[in-house]
Amino acid sequence: MATPGIDEPRIASGPFSSYVLDEAFDEMFDAQRRPRQHYRALYDLLLGLPAEEMRRKKQAADVSFLHQGITFTVYGRDEGTERIFPHDLLPRIVTSSEWETIERGLTQRITALNFFLRDIYNEGRCLADGVVPREMVYSCKHFRRQMRGVTVPKNIYVAVMGTDLIRLPDGRFVVLEDNLRVPSGVSYMLTSRQVMKRTFPELFRHTDVRPIDHYPEALLTTLRALAPEGRGEPNIVLLTPGVYNSAYFEHTYLARQMGIELVEGRDLVVHDNVVYMRTTGGLRRVDVIYRRVDDDFIDPLAFRSDSILGVAGLFNAYRAGNVTLANALGTGVADDKALYAYVPKLIKYFLGEDPILDNVETYLLTEPQERRHVLAHLEKYVVKAVGESGGYGMLIGPHSTAEQREDFRQRIEADPRNYIAQPTLMLSRAPCFFDGKVEPRHVDLRPYILCGDKVTIVPGGLTRVALRSGSLVVNSSQGGGSKDTWVLQ
Amino acid sequence: MLSRVADSLYWMSRYLERAEHTARVLGVQLNLMLEQDPKTSDRRWLRTLGSLGYTKPIPKDADPFTLAQTYALQQITAGIGLARENARQVREQISSEMWEHLNRLFHEIKRLEATGLWKSQPLDFLTVILESSHLVQGVTDSTMNHGEGWQFIQVGRFIERAAATARLLDIYFHEFPAGQPMDSGEHMEWIGLLRSCTAFEAYCKVYTADLRPDRIAEFLLLNSEFPHSVRFAADRMQHSLEAINQAAASRRSPRVAKIAGRLSAGLMFTPLEEVVANLAEFFADIQRQCVRIHAAIHEVYITYSIEAAIEA
Repeated sequence: MATPGIDEPRIASGPFSSYVLDEAFDEMFDAQRRPRQHYRALYDLLLGLPAEEMRRKKQAADVSFLHQGITFTVYGRDEGTERIFPHDLLPRIVTSSEWETIERGLTQRITALNFFLRDIYNEGRCLADGVVPREMVYSCKHFRRQMRGVTVPKNIYVAVMGTDLIRLPDGRFVVLEDNLRVPSGVSYMLTSRQVMKRTFPELFRHTDVRPIDHYPEALLTTLRALAPEGRGEPNIVLLTPGVYNSAYFEHTYLARQMGIELVEGRDLVVHDNVVYMRTTGGLRRVDVIYRRVDDDFIDPLAFRSDSILGVAGLFNAYRAGNVTLANALGTGVADDKALYAYVPKLIKYFLGEDPILDNVETYLLTEPQERRHVLAHLEKYVVKAVGESGGYGMLIGPHSTAEQREDFRQRIEADPRNYIAQPTLMLSRAPCFFDGKVEPRHVDLRPYILCGDKVTIVPGGLTRVALRSGSLVVNSSQGGGSKDTWVLQ
Repeated sequence: MLSRVADSLYWMSRYLERAEHTARVLGVQLNLMLEQDPKTSDRRWLRTLGSLGYTKPIPKDADPFTLAQTYALQQITAGIGLARENARQVREQISSEMWEHLNRLFHEIKRLEATGLWKSQPLDFLTVILESSHLVQGVTDSTMNHGEGWQFIQVGRFIERAAATARLLDIYFHEFPAGQPMDSGEHMEWIGLLRSCTAFEAYCKVYTADLRPDRIAEFLLLNSEFPHSVRFAADRMQHSLEAINQAAASRRSPRVAKIAGRLSAGLMFTPLEEVVANLAEFFADIQRQCVRIHAAIHEVYITYSIEAAIEA
């Protein structure tokens, strides 16, 4: 190990006195415990800032979140308990060259996934060529046979994607999972930037942070591009499940920012395969629905008949091409955690390119050999149910009890298709602020990818933080928080 | 504007007005009870029940006072709860200040209910309701854009007020027919009626403290400047419905403004002698017209059939 020079900054005392590096990649410090170049400005600022001032900034930011009503709903306690979204004050910084790789990788990924979805719901070439086993697709919980042969505007199935990236100890960004159904969280990305500008104006002045405020406009442009042919000035609406949904704040926020109507299922009616919304001035035709309602609930006639969130007849209007749904129905098949393992092959098959962003090593438990290996070493692996999200239905091997492992062993043996296993991943760590001290916590990164006439990714995303020391779970439903993400010029 | 949103705003405001009115009527009666002949007490509480729209048969062994107080308190808490629930459904359409005050009122009531204060100190409880309701209305008028949504709030408030006032008058004039000599107990009852409409001071300014039933009827029905008179409410309603007609630009919507205009015109142009000669019928007619206006608003703006809308 090289000995650092005398005036080279190192993890010092002050706010960093309890900052310990371990085998995880540290976003702020290199292996020699020196601050990375792009974190220098933040590091210097933190060293010079009295703890009192930091606390004041933290408080000001909290109040700002509260006043803006930036909340989410916690299920399972009192009905509709609203909480402030937990957030951390210190930005996560990504360099422009790192971002350039991420951007190319995600563009490649969404392009391939759209090809894949078009293919499985139409000719099924990739199935015939044996790239993906048929039963893998057809047994997927989110496969929608109703979508067979349906024409989707511009063949864009996934218009909005939220992909979770993590950084491995060697510094590479890899894809942990794709969210292709109704990815959420983008409002926290936007509002936390607003709050940060108010909290750290001095840092913004000295750092070239790329703006993200144009996301709502880019989303609107994407949705407009997908309007049915011949609808000159399309009427675009955001369909929400209603006030009790955990992401209701985001729905109202995005609708307001885009200047479009926020509707619920009961506001829409279908007549002669055309969708209208009920207004005081009469029925008004709807052309594009940015829907934040799951496939299952969107049309009681076509899917779950007990849904009261959806619109009866919507699917027929959609099939007739009179209305666009974004995302399309049935996109969940491509974010199934078992199909995820095939994405690198799909990129190669549809685009003839090597994946720019790698997958995490994944064991398919339907393969007898892989299953035997995982079951023998359950304490080393993370087991996930393939159709779940939000950190539900997971076994984290190293943190599990023998009882939990036995429970999962039985579940896996009963239904191997429903589970995958991945090695326990050492997520990278970034500095977080805790009561006057700076400490490292594990983070991931969820950029939002838009795909209309072209692919647009606003430079940044939602950095989620596992706020509990040592925890690797970043989901907001499981004690995670967020921090602002800065992509540099 | 989405029909659902208009509907929620209308009901939010209507329920709040109902809670406020009920609180005032109950408060007045509780005050009167302190200085009145206990013998007439049962009759008064039965009358109060009627004026608040209680229609179920009254059990023989029931104590009218307990029944009326319990019923009124339930009406109030239910009204505030429903007003808040409607506001919650359209939270992004109303100002944050409106939501904040309505929400605070709701939680305050929950607290008073839980501690039992609403039954042990009902007058304090009612004061909270009245003051908060005024606060929410003031905040609504000064923080919300006076567009289509605000007009629906106005309509909800004034249709409730017109109907409730007409019902109250109906009950009183049924029990104390005009033109008969008045004893001191009855004198108190008329003051009670005026206070139930916050009208005592305003009446005195116009007619002095000389209470005469025909003048009271004229004042509460036909005065064009007093905010709790039926005519004032009808004028405001018509005004708002015309504004909605402009904003919604639906081919069928002039109908609603016309129906509301008829109520307004009746109050404006019917000669006083004719009104007084047939008070009971006049009160009943106002209530019927309010029902008709409500139905027309719903049919034209909220729950219209697809066929009707496609033809238009």
